[in-house]
Amino acid sequence: MNESNITPVRTRPKPWNDPRIRTIVFQTIALAAVFWFGWTLFQNTLSNMESRGISTGFGFLDQTSGFGIIMSLIPYDSTMTYGRTFWVGLLNTLLVSAMGIVAATILGFIVGVARLSSNWLIAKLALVYVETIRNIPLLLQIFFWYFAVLQNLPSPRQSIDVADMLFLSNRGLYFPTAAAEPGFGWVMAALVAGILATIFIHRWAKKRQLKTGQLFPAFRVGLGLIVALPVLVFVLTGAPLVWEMPSLTGFNFTGGASILPELAALWIALSLYTASFIAEIVRSGILAVSHGQTEAASALGLRSSLTLRLVVIPQAMRVIIPPLTSQYLNLVKNSSLATAIGYPDLVSVFMGTTLNQTGQAVEVVAITMAVYLTISLIISVLMNIYNRAVALQER
Amino acid sequence: MSLPSELPPRQEIGVIGWVRKNLFSSWYNIVLTLVAAYLVVTSVGPLLNWVFLEATFTGETAADCSGEGACWLFIGQRLNFFIYGFYPDALQWRIDIMFGLLAVAFAPQFIERFPARKWFGIFGLTGLPLIGYILIPGGWFGLEEVPSSRWGGLMLTLILAYVGILAALPIGTVLALGRRSDMPIIRGLCVVFIEVWRAVPLITVLFMASVMLPLFLPDGVNFEKLMRALIGIILWQSAYMAEVVRGGLQAIPKGQYEAASALGLGYWRKTGLVILPQALTLVIPGIVNTFISLFKDTTLVLIIGLFDILGAVQSTITDPAWRNVTTEGYVFVAFCFWIFCFGMSRYSQNLERKLDTGHKS
Repeated sequence: MNESNITPVRTRPKPWNDPRIRTIVFQTIALAAVFWFGWTLFQNTLSNMESRGISTGFGFLDQTSGFGIIMSLIPYDSTMTYGRTFWVGLLNTLLVSAMGIVAATILGFIVGVARLSSNWLIAKLALVYVETIRNIPLLLQIFFWYFAVLQNLPSPRQSIDVADMLFLSNRGLYFPTAAAEPGFGWVMAALVAGILATIFIHRWAKKRQLKTGQLFPAFRVGLGLIVALPVLVFVLTGAPLVWEMPSLTGFNFTGGASILPELAALWIALSLYTASFIAEIVRSGILAVSHGQTEAASALGLRSSLTLRLVVIPQAMRVIIPPLTSQYLNLVKNSSLATAIGYPDLVSVFMGTTLNQTGQAVEVVAITMAVYLTISLIISVLMNIYNRAVALQER
Repeated sequence: MSLPSELPPRQEIGVIGWVRKNLFSSWYNIVLTLVAAYLVVTSVGPLLNWVFLEATFTGETAADCSGEGACWLFIGQRLNFFIYGFYPDALQWRIDIMFGLLAVAFAPQFIERFPARKWFGIFGLTGLPLIGYILIPGGWFGLEEVPSSRWGGLMLTLILAYVGILAALPIGTVLALGRRSDMPIIRGLCVVFIEVWRAVPLITVLFMASVMLPLFLPDGVNFEKLMRALIGIILWQSAYMAEVVRGGLQAIPKGQYEAASALGLGYWRKTGLVILPQALTLVIPGIVNTFISLFKDTTLVLIIGLFDILGAVQSTITDPAWRNVTTEGYVFVAFCFWIFCFGMSRYSQNLERKLDTGHKS
């Protein structure tokens, strides 16, 4: 008996058992089901809209809106189009999101570090803050700040004023605005020069440190250049700014600029709420840096503040970035709760008033969802780029 | 010759040592401690005064409130409304039964050595919703029907969160399996579904469910407002659930998949008998965390006109008979949510610690 007698029997599986054929069949069925489902929805929607007399298409964007909006970053009045209301809402959403992200990040980092403080009282206070705020619904917090705090402030006539410049009332916070006069250009030029010089000095200091090991107080010098230089020029050119003060006329203030209570309530609530989550992320990120790193840094003679800044935080950032991104996304999405207190964000203006007036639900909802999808994608991409920059370079 | 051992210096041990070490270890810690202590002392006193000492607890109407401290009267007066909404008084025993069953199903989960607590949990996930489906709306077995427009308060909040999670779990599991599938089209469909729902805020989903859903459905088919909100919540939640379950699937070592294949198990039996039981156990803390955030997010339904507990309190605040209980109202709702959420988050943290076997793949 010899081995060559055994011919390998190639058994082809039955077609319904062949994994390749199965794969194709399953996917075809899935795709067909999705298409059928989508087509049915489309047909239903068309016939429903026809029977209700709702027009289709994006022509409504060019029609006159006819409603006012209490706050707008671009010129807007009720004679403008629905398309304009979209941009007003979008900009308001972006404004409150950006303000919230900045405030929540700063507060979150402070609280997160405070959670790990060696000071017992500070650590416990941070713990109480985190555990209280993150276990209460955001909408409730927005309501609290808006209805219970800001609406109970005194009326404009009895407003709380700080040095006759800031006026806090239930209509919002009014503050002076500055208008530039000729000569202010020099101040701006000094600021730009200061920033450029700081960048240059920072690079030079780093190079020198790498070469000789000597430290140069680049931070203090930079601060001096960026702050003191423009201030000096400002004084020398004779303070070329005109302040426009808010003043009480009738029942409200005119002049100056203001932060509406709606914006303030939303901003405070979003920042406090998101900061409580960021604090936990920061804390776990710092804890994830192994203790040996801290010990090695103290063995090298670094002070505890330098250890935190130069050794712990850069390594913790790698752990912190991905969950921080999703908190930023949550904040942007949560800013849509504006609609509950009437801050004119995208959802409130476009998906609320514009949708109600035009009745074109499908188009409006589709545009709004597309906007949020785009914002999410942009933030994810930006944070991924940053994440790649701080990621561990493994060789 | 040896020196007699001495006690540690008195400043280093006991209360004094602790205070020196934890509160006054350096000059900036001294400043921080003093500032923080000052803030705590000046804010806690008035707060206690407002909440307890000067508050009004007994009485009938808003006029009985002293006006100095908090006015807690409205809670006692409107508690029925806060819990049951507009559910008819005579039929509230049904809701009470559901609350009781909920406690029976989930209280044992907090007690480590409770006998057969797994089965109580399984009852909570299967039998309980079934009984609720019969009991709460009624219309069966001679039970009087209660339309969903009369549901409200805490009961509605719990129904929304519970049904949302329960329905999202199987859908999310299927989506998570699809996302890890080898078939490109299935994977693509699941990724698009998950990412789209995760990118949009819940409020737009609720708007869509209440405005667009009627347009999608064929003539004659119509859902109540509550049902529409639930559909929106389930779709949105299942995307989040899919990501939680995916985390569990990824945590299963590759050896488990290979061992199951080596035993000759096909895809479905491999998934159902080997992978999912392990993965789902691993993600219980994640599911509890999702439940907490959904529980908080259910307050959003008041924007589309449903009366959850926040909606019920909000309507009391704006009621002219109870002026100036705005802060009290919000504090009350915040307290209710805080108790639930804090308890659940503690539970999930404990579970996480217990499930953490120390070896990660």
